[in-house]
Amino acid sequence: MSNIPENLRYSKDHEWISVDGDVAAIGITDYAQSSLGDVVYIDMPRVGDKFAAHEAFGSVESVKAVSEVFTPIGGEVTEVNEGLNDTPEKVNSDPYGDAWFIKIKMDNAGEADGMLSSAEYEEYLEATA
Amino acid sequence: MSSENLKKTPLNAVHRALGGKMVDFGGWDMPVQYPAGVIEEHMATRTRAGLFDVSHMGEIWVEGPDAIPFVNSITTNDVTKLVDGQAHYSAFPNLNGGVVDDLLVYRFAEDRLLLVVNAGTTEKDWEWITSLKKDENVTLRNASADYCQIAIQGPKAIGILQELTDTELEPIKYYHFTEGKVDGVNAIISRTGYTGEDGFEVYASADKAEQLWNKMLETGASEGILPCGLAARNTLRLESGMSLYGHELDDDISTLEANLGWITKLQKGEFVGKEQISVLKEAGLKRKLVGFEMKEPGIARDGFDVYSGDEKVGVVTSGSPAPFLKKNIGLAFVPPELANVGQEIRIDVRGKRLAAEVVPTPFYKRQK
Repeated sequence: MSNIPENLRYSKDHEWISVDGDVAAIGITDYAQSSLGDVVYIDMPRVGDKFAAHEAFGSVESVKAVSEVFTPIGGEVTEVNEGLNDTPEKVNSDPYGDAWFIKIKMDNAGEADGMLSSAEYEEYLEATA
Repeated sequence: MSSENLKKTPLNAVHRALGGKMVDFGGWDMPVQYPAGVIEEHMATRTRAGLFDVSHMGEIWVEGPDAIPFVNSITTNDVTKLVDGQAHYSAFPNLNGGVVDDLLVYRFAEDRLLLVVNAGTTEKDWEWITSLKKDENVTLRNASADYCQIAIQGPKAIGILQELTDTELEPIKYYHFTEGKVDGVNAIISRTGYTGEDGFEVYASADKAEQLWNKMLETGASEGILPCGLAARNTLRLESGMSLYGHELDDDISTLEANLGWITKLQKGEFVGKEQISVLKEAGLKRKLVGFEMKEPGIARDGFDVYSGDEKVGVVTSGSPAPFLKKNIGLAFVPPELANVGQEIRIDVRGKRLAAEVVPTPFYKRQK
């Protein structure tokens, strides 16, 4: 059974965001890390890069596979969690805490409201996974 | 995802009970990993012991007075050099200079050979072998469904297995085997493996699979044995520089190109495909298999292009992180002039050409 914290918002591509003012931290969900297996490398964008909602901003690699990671909301990258590549296994052990990938200054905070709540994401997993 | 149409080994229910993540591997419903994860499974095998279900592999008996000449005429290695209780690595060459499959040939007696072939190619190999038999005095028997095969690999493997058998394991030399009993069950005990570690492959009657598997896990628990899936099997063999059919060998890849000249005994006499291999050798190889290591962050994957300067020169046959070595490695075909240790190459990783270097294989060699 997947861990789905209530205070976060979720996308159908299995990303979570945590909003603080107009900045959103983005990571991948417990379901995503479990599907991927042992994470070994994260391909990050650079501070200043701009992305539209649903655009791929990087990729996360496990031993066996590569998966693109998408930003659910449009904006500019303000911070990149570079240290994560020293301990990529954190994505598996602590996907919602230390293992955020990037922080984005949102162009439109309203986009965050349109994302799934914890209950909606859980329903989505049950229907599709 | 339905597993209804997939073939199952006798250990299928056990893998599911252990929490195995099941995938379609060449038409077989197999565990790619268990809850511990690939890295843990890989490291367990390198430092303690790992247990692998390889029951999907094929077993073909060749029996009769012409067993040795027949097998010798359809494989690259020299079967006449085997003694009773010895096995060797070999390949079935086709008539295009390529390879139908790689295999192990086990000599039980002068008139009894066992061929152990890959899971995804068993039917293809059976058709090929039977089509080559003319009037030789041999009986061919595809006994794949009769057997289970369990590999126990790692420094602690011999100790764990010894608790389950009266057969003295230490005197069995590498690539030698014997028949004995494991946990009271008749078995072929072979000192072979696909991980680069010391260990054994145990062949027994398919209906004894669960008993043997559970007993090995139970007996090895205090030594920290872990069940290992196909992902760990792949990272272990890659770190050890071993070929995988469909990647380093194929219908259009010869043993010579794949660095397997050592199992290609052109001087042993006539064999199917010898002429094509000789022609290739005379003409000079156009590509050679090398091992490489990434020099920039990034992971090379199967099928990625290899560059030298701006020129595409080759292809990655197998690429992956190496959990024990903590590097990103791979095997690739490159032109012979670039096949030297230290040669700089670049790997196209999703549009970025990342620096890599040719290194000696095997990447990992166990302490003796």
